[in-house]
Amino acid sequence: MRILPFGDAALLAECADLAEVRARLAALRSSMPPGVVDVVPALRTLLVRVDPTILGLHDAERWLARSAPAEPEARAGELVRIAVRYAGPDLAETAGLLGLTAESLVRRHTEAEWECAFIGFAPGFAYLVSDDFPFDVPRHATSRPQVPAGSVALAGRFGGVYPRSSPGGWRLIGSTEATLWDESREHPALLPPGTRVRFEAV
Amino acid sequence: MPSLTVLRPGALATVQDLGRPGLAALGVGPSGAFDRRGHLLANRLVGNPADAAGLELLLGGAALRAESPLWMAVTGAWGPVTADGWPVEPHTAVLVPAGAVLEFGAPESGLRYSLAVRGGIDVPPVLGSRSWDTLARLGPSPLTGGQQLPVGGPPHTDVPAVDLVPVGPPPSGTLRLEILPGPRRDWFEDAAWGLLTAAEWRVSARSDRTGVRLEGPELRRSRHEELPSEGMVAGAVQVSPDGIPTVLGVDAPVTGGYPVIAVLALGELDRLAQARPGQRVVLARAFRRG
Repeated sequence: MRILPFGDAALLAECADLAEVRARLAALRSSMPPGVVDVVPALRTLLVRVDPTILGLHDAERWLARSAPAEPEARAGELVRIAVRYAGPDLAETAGLLGLTAESLVRRHTEAEWECAFIGFAPGFAYLVSDDFPFDVPRHATSRPQVPAGSVALAGRFGGVYPRSSPGGWRLIGSTEATLWDESREHPALLPPGTRVRFEAV
Repeated sequence: MPSLTVLRPGALATVQDLGRPGLAALGVGPSGAFDRRGHLLANRLVGNPADAAGLELLLGGAALRAESPLWMAVTGAWGPVTADGWPVEPHTAVLVPAGAVLEFGAPESGLRYSLAVRGGIDVPPVLGSRSWDTLARLGPSPLTGGQQLPVGGPPHTDVPAVDLVPVGPPPSGTLRLEILPGPRRDWFEDAAWGLLTAAEWRVSARSDRTGVRLEGPELRRSRHEELPSEGMVAGAVQVSPDGIPTVLGVDAPVTGGYPVIAVLALGELDRLAQARPGQRVVLARAFRRG
């Protein structure tokens, strides 16, 4: 891990890969000193924002450098089950691109255990990863102007569910009635980083 | 219940407070008053707590009517502000009588007025804040003509007796801002840092609460591969592939894939929030101990 400067109130920890990001995120969250405002995971980095009047950058850096990555079994997050109707407009084509039938793509998607690695693109948009789903799904060359909320989608190495209706280039394989984002809830995001996810066909 | 009526919103009128820090991992940015210092001063002048919600009024054109006698203070941009035609001094608490109309003319310096009303704008908070996030579209929607804004009950502290606030108008000449090296400074040619700190930049008209673009020389990258998206902070100086730097504002996306060459020193973003299109900006390295 490399720790990079990010101004007076933040540091950027650069990890070798996403697995290290996930392991370090779990460890950092369980040892967070007062003064840490945000720990923001991404594909290869963890951004740590602090309130420098409470936690100085030197102390923040020491905390980052000393925390060892958590073991996988020590970081099992909450499990959320999401009911999916696998009738997305891109289901057959996406299966074809991966050399699968639609039925086997659905089976692989539902048999995999997913985990939210980080949130990006929009509030509550979880980037889901799974060791059980080793596919790389090409994005659409041009985005759809309107992807409905609840669309279950794939792009690159990630799975996702659109929390709101928005433009988007991910491939849509199904849809869910689950509410991914609701700012009036105490926990607005259904799938914060670290959450485990299982999709179930209905 | 005391209230204000929006007669005209002007260019863009939003409710803002200190925003939503701490939710970036859920994809929610800080938002809040762009000129935070102006917001804090306005609140202090009317005896409000720091986190009371006020209004951020971009450029001129806004008109508001007090529906009951209300203490108010205007900070941030300096320009012709009147109450029923009488001039309202900047940085001064004024008791606006019921029925009086407050009008905001085009600012002479600065870009956005901060208006505090004693008691605070009492719209329902969203995720702990009354700020409108223009990018995430979270919080109370921008104000529209005819809208009634509830004002909260009086705070515990009185309107302080202040003779003189030692804060002047936002500078209209060259704005000098301090920066620190960013995490991806080594993604740029050696000359880029020198250019960044030597050039006279101009604030682009294509600037808003998500970011302030700076026009000037091209900052060339030495590494051309794609940078995986990473967490961002307000004040980060992000450089797009065409070599143009953009200083991220309070409503910027929480992650971004353009390399960050520098970051504004703490507090400098408040001053940039008041920079007008075409205004000159000079960036100078800030030094820190240890």
